[in-house]
Amino acid sequence: MDHLDRLESQSVYIFREAFNRLGRVGMLWSLGKDSNVMIWLARKAFHGHVPFPVMHVDTEKKFPEMYEFRDRYIKEWNLNFLSGKCPPIEEMDPSLPPAARSAARKTEGLKNFLATNPFDGIFAGIRRDEQATRAKERVFSPRGATGAWNFRDQPPEFWDQFNTDFPPGTHVRIHPLLHWTEMDIWLYTQRENIPVIDLYFARNGKRYRSLGDKDITNPVDSNAETLDEIIEELRTTRVSERSGRAMDHEAEDAFERLRADGYM
Amino acid sequence: MSNHRESLKTVFVGHVDHGKSTLVGRLFHDTDSLPDGRVEEIRKMCERRGMPFEYAFLMDALQAERDQGITIDTSQIWFKTAKRDYVIIDAPGHKEFLKNMITGAAAADAAILVIDANEGVQEQSRRHGYLLHLMGIGQVTVCVNKMDLVDYSQARFEAIEEEFRAYLTSIGVTPNHVIPVSGREGDLITGPSKRMPWYLGPSITEALDGFRVPLPATDQPLRFPVQDVYKFDERRIIAGRIESGTIRVGDTLLFSPINKTAKVRTIEAWNVDQLPMKASAGQSVGITLDEQLFIERGHIASHENQPPVETDVFRAHVFWLGNDALVPGKTYKMKLANAEARVTVQSIDRVIDTGDLSHVQSDRVERNAVAEVTIRSRQMLALDEFRHNQKTGRFVLVDGFDIAGGGIISMEGYADQRSLITVRATNVTKVEAAIGSEERHKRNGHKGGVLWFTGLSGAGKSTIAVATERRLFDKGYQVYVLDGDNVRFGLNADLGFSPEDRAENIRRVGEVAALMAKAGFIVVTAFISPYRSDRDRARAAAGADFHEIHIDADVATCESRDPKGLYKKARAGEIKDFTGISAPYEAPDAAELTVDTSDLSVDDSVARVSAYVDRTFTQT
Repeated sequence: MDHLDRLESQSVYIFREAFNRLGRVGMLWSLGKDSNVMIWLARKAFHGHVPFPVMHVDTEKKFPEMYEFRDRYIKEWNLNFLSGKCPPIEEMDPSLPPAARSAARKTEGLKNFLATNPFDGIFAGIRRDEQATRAKERVFSPRGATGAWNFRDQPPEFWDQFNTDFPPGTHVRIHPLLHWTEMDIWLYTQRENIPVIDLYFARNGKRYRSLGDKDITNPVDSNAETLDEIIEELRTTRVSERSGRAMDHEAEDAFERLRADGYM
Repeated sequence: MSNHRESLKTVFVGHVDHGKSTLVGRLFHDTDSLPDGRVEEIRKMCERRGMPFEYAFLMDALQAERDQGITIDTSQIWFKTAKRDYVIIDAPGHKEFLKNMITGAAAADAAILVIDANEGVQEQSRRHGYLLHLMGIGQVTVCVNKMDLVDYSQARFEAIEEEFRAYLTSIGVTPNHVIPVSGREGDLITGPSKRMPWYLGPSITEALDGFRVPLPATDQPLRFPVQDVYKFDERRIIAGRIESGTIRVGDTLLFSPINKTAKVRTIEAWNVDQLPMKASAGQSVGITLDEQLFIERGHIASHENQPPVETDVFRAHVFWLGNDALVPGKTYKMKLANAEARVTVQSIDRVIDTGDLSHVQSDRVERNAVAEVTIRSRQMLALDEFRHNQKTGRFVLVDGFDIAGGGIISMEGYADQRSLITVRATNVTKVEAAIGSEERHKRNGHKGGVLWFTGLSGAGKSTIAVATERRLFDKGYQVYVLDGDNVRFGLNADLGFSPEDRAENIRRVGEVAALMAKAGFIVVTAFISPYRSDRDRARAAAGADFHEIHIDADVATCESRDPKGLYKKARAGEIKDFTGISAPYEAPDAAELTVDTSDLSVDDSVARVSAYVDRTFTQT
């Protein structure tokens, strides 16, 4: 087994645990590179099937390429697709910095969605290497009724014995990609030939390393036009993955506040 | 190519404030592993708080951690040396956050244990060392940090090294290296230190590169715990992760604890050109079988010649993280590989002080403590001893909704019950008896049955059994004594005194006693039979005709009698695993009759048993 085989096997294990131990589960699909890998891993875990709904909580501010991609692969991958809408920015906490306030719409959209579509478990494609508060996450991360993350008192999690017993009203976020890095995602995408949105590839010296809403996501300088070139770029880059995501950099605690409130 | 580079997970542990997070931050800085702007970000955070530059902020991402200068939860971060890639796991050192330390450390292949040169070895230094060992993390390097605070003193370093090596040796750990370092000043992070020319060993980075990446256990006996059974399409797929060994198409698999076999028809895979013919340790797979067995999550598949242990009782070395203490008698949910079972702690054998390794007797295990306990399950379990297979030899306990502890398994003093519950003969059909028990009852004037005496050596079982036999015989009962030593000359002459043989000894006596009871006799058996599972099996053989009689006397009383001189020998260490001294006696929960021989004379004891027989065996 090589490095990617080991990562894959661990993710498959996580998917299968959640599917067996939790009641109703569903997956968040942001249409980005990570969540495409996540769908791929689910198909590996369940031998070609995705036996739960795949959900997109839509800010309605994504790039048009992302919507095209979504519509195409719902059909090709035979997904049970559900869509949720996000509330307007005026309803968000005005004390948040502007980009974080905009990103908070997604948290509220998810909360509203879960209020009408109750789930016991939600798969989310976050990774520890993306952001320092995500590095503190559990694979099975329990959330109260409001979706809040009690990061000061997380339950122990060891030996792949995940938390699967919860009081009523709790749901759990499951993170099958927590142990992957950005480099792993691209190497696996290449090895498995997984489709990705073209926005990741450079055009006119710019590419997106991370995809979010149009207005709060910026491309980075890059000449990487192919998967091989992206991988080569990552070997040498000194720029962090989320440098183009405005909300991460507005204030020291902006991301922590978002996550504590239930942001992915 | 980095996709084929090996990757190693290393955890940094140690007492609070001994500088783990700082050391990790420094390691990243000195190996040039930080993205652009990260150091600048941290500098701003420190300025905002009016404090000097703090490398710990790299991993202490939470506001509460930065404001209080303490790591609350474990974190992971990636870096690489010329040799390979690393996942560095930072683990909190504060006692309050031991659950987070365990969470971090359990994922590691190797550990760096950090000790403050100024403060020296502290409570959590020892506890973390102990827990690393308990969790099976064998590769440990010790870093004596903050050498700058002790003027890089060789004497100070050597004193700490000597003290901590002695501790580690006493728990069976040999550190790979003990390195003097300074996280703040950057000594011995990546190369030699001019300020410590007396130290000739490796730097931290070199020590990291010296750790071995554990290989998957492909050569060990096969353990394939069943995680789920899928029927999404026409295939019935048994899904799970191979924890050790190798599965090949065509192999006969034995599923435990149901003891059924089937052959592997296919190893399924998605998005491949050709289905694989074999799969090995570490792989999450799905297989189909040639027979439709009733297989459930939690069963463990193995090959027939190297199966896991089957038992409903075992010993465990546990660490406890629950808010409520671990107490005997309470029911917990145990998770072992993919199996779940309701278990109770039968006894807390000793609580261990991880500071000085002394043992204390206690009726509870408090939060953050370590103990040796005996655990009993309501159902038969398939498992391994931890020393044979870590993955199927460890478990967690769930108290209410919370994972509250973990443990590793030993079967010391307990028997593998597999052979006791396996019916090997095939093509056998039970013959209906022509004479019913009622007819025998009428002719004898009493029912048949088993009086199963259990109790410590010296409690008086044989004496009372023989006297009871005479008393009952004289009263006209058909009665016979099966004595422990006697059957070992004949029926059980092939058995020794290993836990398995002892269990088999009791199984045979139980079966013979049941047959004699069916023939109309009252059979008195006199065996220590210390294990509840063995007695329960004898009860199952005889059914309603089984009467458990506890010949009860405490160890001190029995030892003072010592009719065969055995206690003396056991105390001298000449007899191993002697019940009551060096092996457990599991007293009956609900014996039909208890005869306390520390109070009663032999005559009075016999009278009790005799009265019980009159009451119970002559009713029509």
